[in-house]
Amino acid sequence: MSVRDDLAERVGVDLEAIDPLRVALYATLVGLVVFYLSPLESGLMTALKTEAEFATSPPFVPPTVEGFTLEPFGVAIDTLSSAILNSIMLAVPATVLSALFGSFAAYGLTNFEWRGQLGVVALFIAGIFIPYQAVLIPLSRLWAIVDTQELLAPLLDITVFSAQVPVLGTVELATHPHYASIINLIITHTAYGIPITTLLFRGYYKKLSTEMLEAARLDGAGAFTVYRRIVLPLSMPMFAVTLIYQFTQVWNDLLFALIIIPSGSGPAAVATIALNELTGGIIQTFNTQMAGAFVAALPTLLVYVLFGDKFAKGVAGGT
Amino acid sequence: MSTHILKRLLDRLRDGGPPVRTDGGTAAAGSETAGGDSDVGSALSSLRESDAVRSAPFWLPPFLLMGFFVYGAISWNIVISLTDFGGLTLPTYDPSTFDLEMYRRAFSDGQFWIATRNTFVLLISFTGLSLAGGLGLAILVDRGIRFENWFRTVYLLPFSLSFVVTAVFWRWMYNFDSGLINAFLRGIGLDFVASKWLTGSIDTGALGAIPLVPDTFYFKLFAVIFALLWQFSGYAMVVYLAGLRAIPNDQYEAARVDGASILRMYRRVILPQLRASTVSAAVVLMVFALKAFDFLYVLFGSNPGPTADILSTMMYRQAFSANEWAYGSAIAVVLFVVALTVVAPYLYGEYRRGEL
Repeated sequence: MSVRDDLAERVGVDLEAIDPLRVALYATLVGLVVFYLSPLESGLMTALKTEAEFATSPPFVPPTVEGFTLEPFGVAIDTLSSAILNSIMLAVPATVLSALFGSFAAYGLTNFEWRGQLGVVALFIAGIFIPYQAVLIPLSRLWAIVDTQELLAPLLDITVFSAQVPVLGTVELATHPHYASIINLIITHTAYGIPITTLLFRGYYKKLSTEMLEAARLDGAGAFTVYRRIVLPLSMPMFAVTLIYQFTQVWNDLLFALIIIPSGSGPAAVATIALNELTGGIIQTFNTQMAGAFVAALPTLLVYVLFGDKFAKGVAGGT
Repeated sequence: MSTHILKRLLDRLRDGGPPVRTDGGTAAAGSETAGGDSDVGSALSSLRESDAVRSAPFWLPPFLLMGFFVYGAISWNIVISLTDFGGLTLPTYDPSTFDLEMYRRAFSDGQFWIATRNTFVLLISFTGLSLAGGLGLAILVDRGIRFENWFRTVYLLPFSLSFVVTAVFWRWMYNFDSGLINAFLRGIGLDFVASKWLTGSIDTGALGAIPLVPDTFYFKLFAVIFALLWQFSGYAMVVYLAGLRAIPNDQYEAARVDGASILRMYRRVILPQLRASTVSAAVVLMVFALKAFDFLYVLFGSNPGPTADILSTMMYRQAFSANEWAYGSAIAVVLFVVALTVVAPYLYGEYRRGEL
C-alpha cells in the first residue's frame, strides 16, 4: 500500500477527486454550459417579464412576483399557432418521404454492384453541399409555372371531416387552397433532403452482411422481397436517426419558405416565417419576441431533448 | 456506446464520398436502357448488368426527383444568368441572345466585391474559429469527465435550433440598453466597451437598417460570427470527438509513459491524427457559412449594409427585392462556383482514400 493510498484512507477523502487540474476542468466545463445556455436562459426570463420589468432588470434575472406575466406566451401562441400547424403539415410528410426515398436510393446504390454506381453516388452526395442560392430563381420560376392549386382544384376546398362536438362546437377538418403552397414546399424539401438521407442510409447499408442478402437472393427472393423482408426491418434504427435529423432541418428552414410561399406570409406561412414577421415588426416588444422564439422552436427543442443521441448521430454522419 | 456508432458513421461518411465523375450520368442512362428490354436478351446478360437493372427501381426515382431539383435547377439558373431576365417580363430562352453581360456587370459592381470580400472574411474566420472552439470543447469533453453526455448535449443544443430562432435570441443578447452582452460588460466595469454591436446603424425592423456610423471595425460581421460560433462550435465538437475516440488508447498510454506533458501529447500525437476530422468539419462549416443567409436576413432584412453584406444576401436582394433576376442568377453562379471549389477537392480526396 503506497503512502498516498494510506493517506487517502486516513483522511477519508479521495485525493484524485480534489486534483486542482480536475477542478479547473470542471469549472471550465460549467462556465461553457453557462455560455451556451445564456441566450436561452435570458430569453426565457425576458419572455416571462412584463415590459416595465424587462426594461429595468438585468436580462438573466428571473422576474419578480409583480413583474411576472404569461401574456407574451399568450400572444406568441395566438400569433404562431396556425403557422406551427402548417409547419407540422410540411415537416412530417417531407421528412417521411425523403427518408423513404433515401432508404430506397441507398439500397439500390449500396447492396447491388454495377458499373457507374460510384458516379451516381457522387451525384447524390454532391447534392448535400450545393448552396441553395444557386437554385432559388429556378425554384420560384418552377412554382410559378406549375400551378399546384389548379392541378389539385378538385381536392382543395373539401371538408374532410365535420362534426358537432359538445363544448368545442363544430369541429371541422377541411382542405384549403393555401395547402397548394405547402404541397410545393413538401415536394421541394423532399427533393433536397434526398442527398443527405441517402448518405446516412448508405453508411448503414454498407455494414449489412452481404452473405445474408446473397443467401436470400439464392433462395429466390427478388430485390423487392429482400428490401421489404430484410433491409427495411433492419433499417429502423437508421430511420429514427434520419427522421429526427431531417425533421429539424425542414422545420428550421426559412429560405425555401420565403421563395415558395406567395408573398411570404398569409395563411400558408410556416413557423419560421411567422416568427420572423412577429419579431420583425416595430411594435413587438422583446418579451413577446422571446416567447415567440420559444414557441416556434418548441418542437425541435422537444425532439432534441428527447432524442439528442440520435440527432448527434445524424449530425456526425451527415450534413 | 453511442460515440462508437458516431465514429463508425463518420468513417462511413469518409468512405462514401467519391467525386463527381463526368461519366456518372452516362453510366446511369446506359443501365436504364438495359432495363427497357426485359425479354430473353436481358436474361442472358451478365450478372453485373442485371444488378444494374434490378437496382434501378430503387435508386432511379429518387435520383430523378433529386436530379431535377438539384442539377436541373442549377443548369436552369446558369441559363437564366445568360439572359436579360428582369422586372415583370418573362425570360426569353433564345440562345442567340445569350451573353455574359450579367457577369461583366457583377465584376464591375463595387457592391459585388464588397460582398465577396465579406463572404471570404465570414468563410475563413467563422470556419477557423468554429474548428478551434470545437476542438477545445472536444478535448475537454474527452478528458474522461462525469456527466459527459449531459455536457455534450448542452454544447450541441444551439445547433438544433433554427437560424430564425437564434437570430431572435442574439438580437436580444446584443441589445444596447438591456442585452446580456452589455449587461455583462457593465457588470465587470467595462462600460466603455459596451456597444451597439449589431449596428453602426439603427434597426427599424420592417423598414430595414438605416446606417448611422460608418463601421470600420467589422463590428457587425464579427458580432454575427460570434453568434454563429455559439451555434456551430458544438457541431465541430461532435466531429472532433468522433475523431478523438478513433485514436487507440495505447497511444495516449505510450505518450504518458514517455513522460510527455498533456500539451505536448496533444500537439505531437493527437492533433496530427485529427486531420481527416478537420477537413470534413471544415467543409461542412464552410457550406454553412455560405448558407448563413437566414441568420443575416432575420437580423438585417435583405440589405445588411456594406459591412455585413455577403453574396447570398446580395443575390437574394437583387433577385427578390429588386427583381433583377438575371443579375441575381449570375451572383448565384459565382456562389455556386465558390462552393464547388471547396467541395470538389474534398469529395475527390474522399474518393481517392476510399479507393486506396
